[in-house]
Amino acid sequence: MSSSSPLEAPAAPASPPAPARRRARPGRQRLGRFLLKRIAAGLLLCVGITLVSFLLTQLVPGDPVTANLGQQASADPAAVAAFRHQYGLDRPVPVQYLVYLGNVLHGDFGMSQQSHRPVSTDLAEYIPATMELALFAIVVSIVIGVPLGILAAVYRDRWVDQVLRVVSLAGVSMPTFWIALLAFYLLFFKLGVLPGGGRLDPTETPPTHTTGFYTVDALLHGQWSLLGSALLHLVLPGLVLATYTVGMLLRFTRASVLEILGLDYVRAARAKGLPERVVVLRHVLRPALISIITVAGVAFGSLLSGTVLVESIFSWPGLGQYAYNSAKNLDLPAIMGVSVVVAVVYIVINLLVDVLYGVIDPRIRLS
Amino acid sequence: MTVAESPLDPPAGVPAGERPDPGAAAGGPGRTGRAGRGSRRSPWRQPLAVTGFVVLALWTLVAVFAPALAPYDPDAQAFDTLQAPSGAHLFGTDEVGRDVLSRVLFGARISLPYAVILVVAAMLIGAVLGGLAGYFGGWVDAVVMRLADLVFAFPGIILALAIAAALGPQLRNAVIAVVVVSWPSYARLVRSLVLSARGAQYVVSSRLLGASGLRTLVVDIRPNSAGPVFVMAALDVGNAVLLLSGLSFLGLGAQPPTAEWGAMVAAGAQNFDRWWVGLFPGLAILTVVLAFNFVGDTLRDVLDPRTAREVRA
Repeated sequence: MSSSSPLEAPAAPASPPAPARRRARPGRQRLGRFLLKRIAAGLLLCVGITLVSFLLTQLVPGDPVTANLGQQASADPAAVAAFRHQYGLDRPVPVQYLVYLGNVLHGDFGMSQQSHRPVSTDLAEYIPATMELALFAIVVSIVIGVPLGILAAVYRDRWVDQVLRVVSLAGVSMPTFWIALLAFYLLFFKLGVLPGGGRLDPTETPPTHTTGFYTVDALLHGQWSLLGSALLHLVLPGLVLATYTVGMLLRFTRASVLEILGLDYVRAARAKGLPERVVVLRHVLRPALISIITVAGVAFGSLLSGTVLVESIFSWPGLGQYAYNSAKNLDLPAIMGVSVVVAVVYIVINLLVDVLYGVIDPRIRLS
Repeated sequence: MTVAESPLDPPAGVPAGERPDPGAAAGGPGRTGRAGRGSRRSPWRQPLAVTGFVVLALWTLVAVFAPALAPYDPDAQAFDTLQAPSGAHLFGTDEVGRDVLSRVLFGARISLPYAVILVVAAMLIGAVLGGLAGYFGGWVDAVVMRLADLVFAFPGIILALAIAAALGPQLRNAVIAVVVVSWPSYARLVRSLVLSARGAQYVVSSRLLGASGLRTLVVDIRPNSAGPVFVMAALDVGNAVLLLSGLSFLGLGAQPPTAEWGAMVAAGAQNFDRWWVGLFPGLAILTVVLAFNFVGDTLRDVLDPRTAREVRA
């Protein structure tokens, strides 16, 4: 989260309910009401996002007709009139917004200037690639970041902790696009140990399309060599993307484990003679993991941001590379389409995190 | 530097920031044990903070004396293109025959001042809006906080990208974009600080003495809320550098031929087989951001009573 610091334990965007409030209303019905409220807030935010993207397009200096139709078509008065009418540009701005909202709800983000296809077609094609990459990266960051964070907390202020502190700070300080470049040069170009670009080798044909996730599709259809290749292609961009979130999760895990290590019931567990290993793994880890879930949404957001800077280097055909190319070519319909879709994905992820939190935390589930 | 140094002298009784508190739900221990000045935890005794300060001081010197330090004109396309590092060009030359070392040194004149400027701007805007929202509540609060929610709904660089693209690719617009993305964190923090201070006795007394709401906000509440805000700012500068260089990497920030680190890494990506083109400007970004984060992280440990608290096992 560029806006909120990764070193702070970040507040989830949809502002999670204060712990005290959560505790105050247990029970299934409360959970249902809590979910409904969350979903309503999420929907409102989605509408707000379309408003932001609409207002931003209004800011653009220059004629939207030229921007959307391109030079040739905008020389043709009939095409211009048709375009203005189709997009309601001849009507007042608030009405234009409603028209825009209607279009977006129908999945119409306009035409991309680079691909000369509807932005929605492009987006549909690129979303699975990015989701696959981001999910891989978040699994990697949890698998690496959480155990290291526990280690740092257990060895607090000793050399392990000091080293891990530098590791996590380095992780959140790396320019993602730079580490991507280095990894690409070293591991692919120089050493050739990992495939450098794309989701598969150029000679391979993608697995039968079911989900758009190559690994899942290959698994579903038993195409084992493709599965191996798809996984191998995920490694380099996935690890690069994960550098930031590993640092972030390490720091947060350390903080939340330390917080719990100081609680009375942990002291009680120690006092009754439980070995430290059992105390940490059984009594500390579980509550710590629950609070770590709350940052998973934020971590996912920073991964989505990261894809914009990373995918282009690894020729990963996803939203990030699309956003990168759109930025390079100032393809505004595409940029706005990507922002709206990514923001909506982010809101949905945070909603899921909230739901997961509500389901996992017994103080909500049990009455 | 000024941003990072000011919080060294915090007012007493700085309230903790608005961070989700993992332990609070389970009934966390009391908030005691604020670290004092000159204690073991003084930032001047922390190797990381000292390293950070030294690195930042060096980069500041580089930014100030870049014309004297740089061996060549950073924009002069005077040499053979894409030469590997050598005695004549310690960092090699880039794709149009400019000296990479000179450009890296001059790059400090972009990244450092702009990062500080935009963090200060974001902090001021966020603090004013958050303060008003927290103190006056009602519709002011609702509007400001819904705006903040809206910004938080976008993952970082995505909104900055859309804003910078809509305003047109320019360094100035990229700075505006990053400010727009950054202010809500401060607004939330300041709002929560003001909310917790609003009921405090010294504020109530001030109001009873006849001070206006605005006066109370500026004279009584502001000094007591400054510490955490400065810590957040110190931690945020590194991010600002990353975001701004990221936008330049995307071609939405500094325009050619400006020597800017992110744009230079982008040139390195175009010529990835010539490692020196991208390696050195990226290292520059890394060292600056790492230094700011070393300082900010230590300050947070020292100033934030909750993380500074010793967990006694």
